[in-house]
Amino acid sequence: MRKGILGKKVGMTQIFNDEGEVMPVTIIEAGPCSVVQKKTEEVDGYNGVQLGFGEVKEHRVNKPLKGHFDKYGIEPKKYIKEIRVDEDDEQYQVGEMIKADIFATGDRVDVTGTSKGKGFAGTVKRWNFNTGPKTHGSRNYRLPGAIGAGSDPARVFKGQKMPGHMGREKVTIQNLEVVKVDPEKNILAVKGAVPGPKKGLLLIKDSVKG
Amino acid sequence: MQDLIKAVEEENMKDDIPEFKAGDTVKVDVKVVEGGKERIQVFEGIVLQRKGGGVRETFTVRKISHGIGVERIFPLHSPNIAKIEVVKRGDVNRSKLFYLRERRGKAARVREKKNY
Repeated sequence: MRKGILGKKVGMTQIFNDEGEVMPVTIIEAGPCSVVQKKTEEVDGYNGVQLGFGEVKEHRVNKPLKGHFDKYGIEPKKYIKEIRVDEDDEQYQVGEMIKADIFATGDRVDVTGTSKGKGFAGTVKRWNFNTGPKTHGSRNYRLPGAIGAGSDPARVFKGQKMPGHMGREKVTIQNLEVVKVDPEKNILAVKGAVPGPKKGLLLIKDSVKG
Repeated sequence: MQDLIKAVEEENMKDDIPEFKAGDTVKVDVKVVEGGKERIQVFEGIVLQRKGGGVRETFTVRKISHGIGVERIFPLHSPNIAKIEVVKRGDVNRSKLFYLRERRGKAARVREKKNY
């Protein structure tokens, strides 16, 4: 069975594990999510469920989305995301609430989010290039250096690492350990860091590496 | 949202920690596991600083062991600390006592606080 839930990054802190060692954890406000729509092989060509998460004022939802929610009798949600499920997954029914207790302590999860945007970044920050010397008459502090050979090949190869936009992209961290689940307070705590800023939307799925 | 962090942190926090600050002399009972057996090791010295807040708070203890200065940093709420006992209250004018590191012998003493 495939499991998934939407959540919000709350922030990081640390807790003590069984050996009394300090362990870094990220707190995620996970769920409650409602199943908005079920997609089936016959109708849509694949099996999946649409999850809705987050409160939103009704007048802020545009008409096409509102119609979509009304069709399935769900209250409007701020975010909609879709996950793939197995063919005969009876666990998900339209209108059902999904809470953090689909995961248990010790489970492994993959967390997907949008990383923090860094803007237009140079090669040192973006690709970990080395800097030039700051003294001894050097004027090459953070320049990228040569980007290829001369008249042969007479062009720059594709994929050459250069300055450009960095961050604000989809990032998945795999195989994080669930250390705490509290479905009443909607708390899901995982060991380690997850992508994105606080209040950023996260999709938590069971780990593909299992 | 911040309440969720607090909720997780509070579960890991102790509420029986005695009041102490930089300059105080403390005895820290540390649980040590050796060959499957657990015993208590005592580390006694002067508190140099307390740092951080909430469950992340730590404190540094400095002592002179066989003529060599030794410092240990403990997480305040660590379950490996069985007990913290305040031996002496120090009278100091700083919250961080790093100046003690440069001092030797008599100069490295901290005046005891009377009538606190």
